[in-house]
Amino acid sequence: MKIKLLYFAGLREEVGTRGEDLEVSPEVTTVAGLRALLMNRGGAWQTALAQGKALRVAVNQEIAQAATPVKPGDEVAFFPPVTGG
Amino acid sequence: MPVRIQTQDFDAGAEIAALRGSNSKIGAVASFIGVCRDANGGGAVAKMTLEHYPGMTEKALEKIVAEAKSRWNVMDVLVIHRIGELKPTDQIVLVVVAGAHRGEAFAACEFIMDYLKTRAPFWKKEQTPSGARWVEARVSDDEAAQRWEPPKSSAA
Repeated sequence: MKIKLLYFAGLREEVGTRGEDLEVSPEVTTVAGLRALLMNRGGAWQTALAQGKALRVAVNQEIAQAATPVKPGDEVAFFPPVTGG
Repeated sequence: MPVRIQTQDFDAGAEIAALRGSNSKIGAVASFIGVCRDANGGGAVAKMTLEHYPGMTEKALEKIVAEAKSRWNVMDVLVIHRIGELKPTDQIVLVVVAGAHRGEAFAACEFIMDYLKTRAPFWKKEQTPSGARWVEARVSDDEAAQRWEPPKSSAA
């Protein structure tokens, strides 16, 4: 299944890309699964998405949790805690 | 549109006048303007860049405005947030709430800012003498937002 991934702010700089369209195995069904898949790339990906790191995830532009399902065609964004205002 | 994301500056007086229009039911207008400081966490800030998540930002702010309107009896709300490059003394954000009475207007305005700071996808990067740094989220902002959470039902 195809997922649209977006990265913002410090995380975008760490992984060196604004986003990508990724073909993901159907075994990946949640945000946590997607995060683990990206961490498996190693290097900056592993560091930037490491457990314990302050990280927020949105699925289809709504704040999501580790257990939030991901489906084909979803837009999933990873970013640091927000600092506007 | 109650929510606007823009690079250009805003004129709070003109925005408030436009929001009020000729509505004679309005008895109170509360507003907040966030401004770029020249220092943060003890370090000098020469300028900052504001990044956001187009699409989600508007949705998140519209949701916050809708929630404020459902919690307090207010008539009109405007939120303007700037993005791009800003320097000290520049205006960053404007929140205006118009209602019949001041209590609800003040509360709704503060609620919107507290939720904006913790839920709207904006990120600040500061340019300092020792280089660029991303601003870190503050625990005090989370605590400010938590004040507005409905009280949890206590399990007996």
